[in-house]
Amino acid sequence: MLDLLQLTVDGLLDGAAYALVGFGLALTFGTLRRLNLAYGASAMLAAYIGSWLFQRHGTPWWTVLPVVVVSAVVIGFYVERLCFAGLGEKQRAGASRASGFDAGRDGYQVVALASSFAIWMQLEQLATLLLPRHLNPFPSLAAGGEWELGPVAFGPDRLALALLAVGFAFALHRWLHGTRGGLAWRATSDHATAAHLSGIPVVRVQVVAFAAASAMAGMAAFALLSIDGQVTPMFGMWVLIKGLAAAMIGGLAAPTGVLAGGLLLGVVEAHAQGLGGALARDFATYALVFAVLLWRPQGLLGRPAQLA
Amino acid sequence: MSAHATGVATDMAIMALLALSAYLLLLVGRVSFGQQAFFGIGAYAAGIASAVAGLPMPVALAVGVAVGAVLGAALARLMRGLSGLQFAIGTLAFAEMVRIAFQAWHWQVERDGVPVGPAGTEGFRDIRWLLENDVSTGGFLLGAVAVLLTVLVGLSLVERIRLGQAIRMTGHDDVLATSQGVPVEAMRTSAATLAGALAALGGGLYAHRTTYIEPAIFDPMLGVHAVGYALIGGLGTAIGPLLGVALDIGLLEATRVFAGWRMVVFGGLIALFLRFRPRGLLDENLLNALSQRLRRARRPAGARLGVTT
Repeated sequence: MLDLLQLTVDGLLDGAAYALVGFGLALTFGTLRRLNLAYGASAMLAAYIGSWLFQRHGTPWWTVLPVVVVSAVVIGFYVERLCFAGLGEKQRAGASRASGFDAGRDGYQVVALASSFAIWMQLEQLATLLLPRHLNPFPSLAAGGEWELGPVAFGPDRLALALLAVGFAFALHRWLHGTRGGLAWRATSDHATAAHLSGIPVVRVQVVAFAAASAMAGMAAFALLSIDGQVTPMFGMWVLIKGLAAAMIGGLAAPTGVLAGGLLLGVVEAHAQGLGGALARDFATYALVFAVLLWRPQGLLGRPAQLA
Repeated sequence: MSAHATGVATDMAIMALLALSAYLLLLVGRVSFGQQAFFGIGAYAAGIASAVAGLPMPVALAVGVAVGAVLGAALARLMRGLSGLQFAIGTLAFAEMVRIAFQAWHWQVERDGVPVGPAGTEGFRDIRWLLENDVSTGGFLLGAVAVLLTVLVGLSLVERIRLGQAIRMTGHDDVLATSQGVPVEAMRTSAATLAGALAALGGGLYAHRTTYIEPAIFDPMLGVHAVGYALIGGLGTAIGPLLGVALDIGLLEATRVFAGWRMVVFGGLIALFLRFRPRGLLDENLLNALSQRLRRARRPAGARLGVTT
């Protein structure tokens, strides 16, 4: 019984980390309606730049943090220009639908998936060219020891990370529902053409959302890696898969959905591991995503598909 | 032909089957990050059929194809009605579940005093039909190429009938296609069935060529490369995916031009390329232009007078 409680707490803390990397993915998906597969690799390359500075020049963490965030934004812009910019307009110009053999109605989604995947490979290789070793030190902010609350033990640094994720979710939620910027984001997300007709600068909203998402990915990467004290080439894949799973389970359209999805994923994974070891944990991740897709494709907290 | 060249050519023929499998789904407007699962399923099924059950390789390949087709159809039925993105994620999740299941699967049978069969993460060894039957690597290459050519001829025949047209209409615009009376979901399911079969065929060939398979081979990178090949080569014709395979494996991997920078160069080129040619090198527009030119060249000069176009 106590074990189950401990597993649940561990799962919740892990899940908050999944949500933390999922927010950026959801934010760009909302306005662009396209999935950025280079998301994890961008965060990884930014983290590698931070790790490189730390190794080579002994840069302290308070310099590494802004460097990682700024690198993430710069890399994000590169990805946006190459894989996403301009495709939106083509899609909106309905005339191209009938004339010539264009990429089709869903086609640009496919193209963006493929080209952002190619950029994922590119960024990942750049990162390993920068630091070829498997383990690369990262400025550590890990707290020693564990706190005990009754029968449950947890690291205070993990708790801080979880609180950060919850804080992000609610700040984002407040922003989306309480400001004009948030309204513009939601309008663009609901229906880009209608938003455009209402005078919302759709392209600017998309670019700003992409930059903000990249910055958040940079912050999330820093927060996670400073607890581990190291970064490996698996980090990019981890960020993408966990962030995507959290977002698909909870619903891509809202930060609270991503948070709920991440927490659920974390708890399910922890219990699967308790029952059947590491393989069961990996299996549970994909089984949960698959089950949610079949049962509620829009995510547990997502709204049913809107007008395309 | 040197051993290296034979190996590269065989790899290309096998990868071409997987790329064609991704291509079929792209034709109906679906991107699948999970075709590697059917490749793996075909490899395991054919491997078991020949190494454990002792069937000859052609029969074993057929078994793999049948399993791949059935599972491909089942997956497509399960996921009908999902959006393009949800389908992509769903196929990825399915494929990873399959890969992890293979990691956990131990099922070995004693044969000639040696245990054969899948052994979890250790993989599945001794799929030795080629060695036992003295098939040379060159002979196997010929067989693989013959299989590939048969598939290509089959696909080009499908393109000529209404089914092929309906498949392309589905991918181009499913709403318009529905309004024209095309059973969109049925087209998608048939494409997925065929795609599962083709990937499994490639997997079966692969298992026999290497005599050893392990779950780690069938990771998402494999499936995504297949999608990449189809998109680079072009969606206008079944030759497109072959072109993609030839460019990547034949040109870049075999010659090792860029060494450690290969993905940096290649990845950037693909992204840049897709911006301007979203349907690949050999896309529908290029093929239409080519076939029109061909038709015009065939016609006698006099017949062209008075044609304004």
